[in-house]
Amino acid sequence: MNAETSPILRIESVAKKFGPVVAVDGVSIDVRENEFFALLGPSGCGKTTLLRMLAGFETPNAGRILLDGRDISPLPPEKRPLNLMFQSYALFPHMTVRQNLSYGLEMERLDKAEIRRRVDETMATTDLTQFADRKPEQLSGGQKQRVALARALVKRPKVLLLDEPLGALDKKLREKMQLELKRMQNEVGITFIIVTHDQEEALVMADRMAILKDGRLLQCGSPEEIYEAPADRFVANFIGVMNFIDGQVAEDGVFEAEGLRLALVNARPGPATLATRPENIAVGAPGERLAGTIADIAYHGLDRVLHVKTPATPVPMQVRVPASGAAYRVGDALSLKIDPARCRLFAGGAVGAGG
Amino acid sequence: MSFNAARPNLLAAPGVAWLVTFMVVPCLLVLSYAFFQRGVWGGIEYTFTLENFARVADPLYARIFLNSARIALTTTAIAILIAYPAAYAIARAPRTRQPILLFFAVLPFWSNYLIRTYAWIVLLNREGLINNLLRSMGYTGEPLSLLYTEAAVITGLVYNYLPFVILAIYSTLSRLNPELMEASRDLGAGPVRTFLRVTLPLSLPGVAAGGVFVFVLSIGNFVTPALLGGGRFQMVGNLVYDQFLTANDWPFGAALGAALIVTMIVLLFVQARATARASGESREAQA
Repeated sequence: MNAETSPILRIESVAKKFGPVVAVDGVSIDVRENEFFALLGPSGCGKTTLLRMLAGFETPNAGRILLDGRDISPLPPEKRPLNLMFQSYALFPHMTVRQNLSYGLEMERLDKAEIRRRVDETMATTDLTQFADRKPEQLSGGQKQRVALARALVKRPKVLLLDEPLGALDKKLREKMQLELKRMQNEVGITFIIVTHDQEEALVMADRMAILKDGRLLQCGSPEEIYEAPADRFVANFIGVMNFIDGQVAEDGVFEAEGLRLALVNARPGPATLATRPENIAVGAPGERLAGTIADIAYHGLDRVLHVKTPATPVPMQVRVPASGAAYRVGDALSLKIDPARCRLFAGGAVGAGG
Repeated sequence: MSFNAARPNLLAAPGVAWLVTFMVVPCLLVLSYAFFQRGVWGGIEYTFTLENFARVADPLYARIFLNSARIALTTTAIAILIAYPAAYAIARAPRTRQPILLFFAVLPFWSNYLIRTYAWIVLLNREGLINNLLRSMGYTGEPLSLLYTEAAVITGLVYNYLPFVILAIYSTLSRLNPELMEASRDLGAGPVRTFLRVTLPLSLPGVAAGGVFVFVLSIGNFVTPALLGGGRFQMVGNLVYDQFLTANDWPFGAALGAALIVTMIVLLFVQARATARASGESREAQA
């Protein structure tokens, strides 16, 4: 194996049970060096348990966790060259910002001058120098978040784990910090593994991401791969907005639903669900393809989302149109043109490919 | 607390009225006796004097004061050493089991103070359980004089006030965000260093609250030294008791009481200040 492609962290068939509850069910993931990796899933999907096993706060019932090829799963947290940024930040309230940052280096028994130098350096890169002598209670939410990040970074871990790091911040600050975290990761060149339930956050920040549900890994890949080619109906629904049309693939490979016939390549006959994104549907005059009427119009600045009632779907389909284009009114009749090359087809739970 | 809003003041009124009528006023009355002379046949002769306070500073009485302080301090130290591990164990137990453990910790409170103290006499006297046990194990020498010693007094005081200290320390420990301890481990500290540098410092407000409580109650206590100390050595509480009920010297008893109360108030004030300073930190420390 050469160093370029070998993963820095390899999660190998890891499982964790709490009594009868299976929290993580045989998950295998490779995380590459210097990657911004996101563990994404709804609450209770096992992502936090997985992160806690990486940090050493939970012991897997099965499987191995390899860091640089070495199994770290028997090591206690203090012996692992990974650091965790806690969701609550967990700053030591009786210590100043400087003392919080120095703590981890004192545990490595570095000499005082070295500790001072590294803490100063980290405070400078995280914009904390002016707060060095403040206690956590005297800091704002965003500042505390930076201290928590700095306290982990100053240890120069091989992998930095972040547990919902932006959960406590308001929307504006969160968006700013998403880019800030990404910039910081670029700058320090450390592998980041972030846990989040916010798919938008994962799409914005991650180089690659893993989607978990009920303790199982559903899909792992880049945001583009997952957005464009979701592995199953759950992923398709979880990431971004997706329209689902339940129907049937006929012997000739044509997908049929109420009011819709769409010729697909390589479609296996049988019951199936067609999935398509709002931006992949074109709007035309009545008479073409799937007919519908506008039930609602949502204005988003750059574009509008039309909610279109059709005979093929139980809920209105979402269709994205440019805000500067043709004017629409609620109640307008129109027809929807679905691009067969930009659809996914899910058959009986198995993955089918459209186009 | 806000003193601008009328409603909270109104709600506090019955409690304040009770305290003023039955606590503050009688205390002030008794304390005022300290400034008068003792009557020839007891009672009060209303001639102003500071002589009673001068007597408090008399080496004889000052020594009793210091002795009481030493006993109270020893009691406090032992109580904290016993209570801390207990409180820590309860706080670390599964959430569902904690109320049961706390119930057992405070169980002695459900019986009368006197009865509990008498129970120690049964345990400690020359024909008591401990000496009997020793004899049945083959000890043939003189029975040990356990009762009527300073150790017996301290044992009794520790026993009686232990639940307060456990509760005080438990309440700070149980409110600590467990992620703080995890963060310490994550940053490279083992369990011992995590305890010494994170858990212990953050639980000191509870230790201080419990400690001051035991100290204040112990230094003024007169039942335990009377029963378990056998009146052979005196604490301030006994002295005050004697002045009022035996020596019939109310003015001097009142002066002693005043000195005791001032000591307690100073301690409670210092503790309240320390707690207020730590309260910002403890808000941060909670989950």
